[in-house]
Amino acid sequence: MRGNHIIGEAAIRAGCRFYFGYPITPQNELPEYMAERFSKLDGGVFIQAESEIAAINMVIGASMAGGRAMTSSSSPGISLKQEGISFLAALELPAVIVNMSRGSPGLGNIAPAQSDYFQATRGGGHGDYRNIVLGPNSGQELANLTFEAFDLADTYRIPVVLLGDGMLGQMMEPVEFPLEVQIRKLPHKDWTLTGAKGRPSRFIRSLLLDPTEEEEHNWKLMRKYERISKDLVRYDTFALDDSKMIVVAFGTAARIAKGAIKRVREQGLKVGLIRPISLWPFPSKTIKEVAKRARYFFVFEMNMGQMVEDVKLALEGSGEVHFYGRPGGIIPTPLELSRVIASQYYQKRLG
Amino acid sequence: MSDQGLDKDRKRMRKVFSRPKSLKEVPFHYCPGCGHSILHRLIGEVIDEMDLQERIIGVPPAGCAVLAYNYFDIDMGEAAHGRAGALATGLKRALPDRVVFTYQGDGDIAAIGTAETIHAAARGEMFTTIFINNGVYGMTGGQMAPTTILGQHTTTSPGGRTGKRDGYPINLSEMLALAKGSVYIERTALTSPANILKTKKAIAKAFRTQLEELGFSLVEVLSPCPTNWKMSPVEAWKWIDEVMAKSFPVGVIKDTTGEKRDAH
Repeated sequence: MRGNHIIGEAAIRAGCRFYFGYPITPQNELPEYMAERFSKLDGGVFIQAESEIAAINMVIGASMAGGRAMTSSSSPGISLKQEGISFLAALELPAVIVNMSRGSPGLGNIAPAQSDYFQATRGGGHGDYRNIVLGPNSGQELANLTFEAFDLADTYRIPVVLLGDGMLGQMMEPVEFPLEVQIRKLPHKDWTLTGAKGRPSRFIRSLLLDPTEEEEHNWKLMRKYERISKDLVRYDTFALDDSKMIVVAFGTAARIAKGAIKRVREQGLKVGLIRPISLWPFPSKTIKEVAKRARYFFVFEMNMGQMVEDVKLALEGSGEVHFYGRPGGIIPTPLELSRVIASQYYQKRLG
Repeated sequence: MSDQGLDKDRKRMRKVFSRPKSLKEVPFHYCPGCGHSILHRLIGEVIDEMDLQERIIGVPPAGCAVLAYNYFDIDMGEAAHGRAGALATGLKRALPDRVVFTYQGDGDIAAIGTAETIHAAARGEMFTTIFINNGVYGMTGGQMAPTTILGQHTTTSPGGRTGKRDGYPINLSEMLALAKGSVYIERTALTSPANILKTKKAIAKAFRTQLEELGFSLVEVLSPCPTNWKMSPVEAWKWIDEVMAKSFPVGVIKDTTGEKRDAH
């Protein structure tokens, strides 16, 4: 099944009944899938919005009403959604936002890239906030993480960003889906706007004119982010135990890296992989821990160097970091990458 | 008269005027002579009379009325500047049996939120928009709005708005009337007891249009802003009737509710 379709099916099985989007390549198969499925599904709402801005605000409306809502786009469209994402964060509303990112900045191209890492993990819009950011690297992970994203969004009342790329969206892989949830059995939300029947009226707002109130709201969000940082760190490792050099890569780049590591291992080079799955919260502790045994880190990203900053922050100077990046929509082959890794390995006199 | 006598009189008195129960016991913060307070009250009265308090959800804008949720005793969800039409779309689609209305000023709806509004109308979204038009950005201090009329002085149209330099005012309601999905659009003014009652009737009709699921409904309300217009409240009322209403004529702009009802 195609990556973009996998996201759609997993979302529906997670109880998503509200999809709002705007066409942009390379994620069009997702809104198309949602339009088709929702046209036959009771309670399913699909709207092709007039803009990305409208789409994210429709998500806000459906989320206020208590629905599981989603939007998707690719890099330039995600920039347009940032105002709404800042509001989702401030209003503490659950939502799932998919970014099948592409070569940027500006209009860029439609080839796979990872250049929206900063935008996703630092919030992206105005203000002090974070999103949960998940970086899948396979069809199966697209299914699992999309499904789980809706639970995380509801549990923490936070926007969850699924950061993929054009490659993951277009790639076809076999996948096993989680069982469909029963929407009426999902945990009750006691904050939604449904009309003040049998209870006092409610309002949901982000305007806090009194700075002490706004500060308290920010600290409240901060406490939530600390809780998430403690509970939600996800990562995967490969061939870590005897490694002298550790590659850090996420998403599509991590798949290429794994192929490259297999090749250099055949030549006897002791190289391992850490693959952050939760990009925020970032697996900083793990990286710091690993640095006690192996101090050489090789960060590979399909951008000019963004996650590498998080790796350096995690190491706090306790390791040496080399960065290799391919921005603009270029996808190096595992063979190409293996040569760069090997060259770095020998330069550091590790073998 | 003794105190006892007063008490007796009070008991005999019938209460003929009180705050609608869908408004909270909170004094409005709006400037003296401002139309927001009147319009809030009218909406509150309609909500009470149509018994909607338990099934209505309001979407306040960015602008002077951003604090509307402090006054309305109903569920309300705040929108970003201009985005009420999109937010209300999501809300109403999720809760089709509730009544949803947006409350938006001229800058919110006819400048930054133009796209959201036109497309909500084109889709025939089943919510109601209360569009309060005072021809200026009030909350930010009286800048030129999309509905500032030619010749009108604002802080960003010094010497008066000119078509050549500042462009022309937008008649959004007339534009929305062209949309296939809109069914009821009326422009009223808060300039006399009679006109205030007409406004109330229009709001009630818009809510009924929504309840009958006929399509998109909007009431544009010409409203005084004495503070930014630098007029007394009475002068402001007069200015609306004699000057502003020439550019924004009051009356029913579109009403296809009858045809829609027949088609149903």
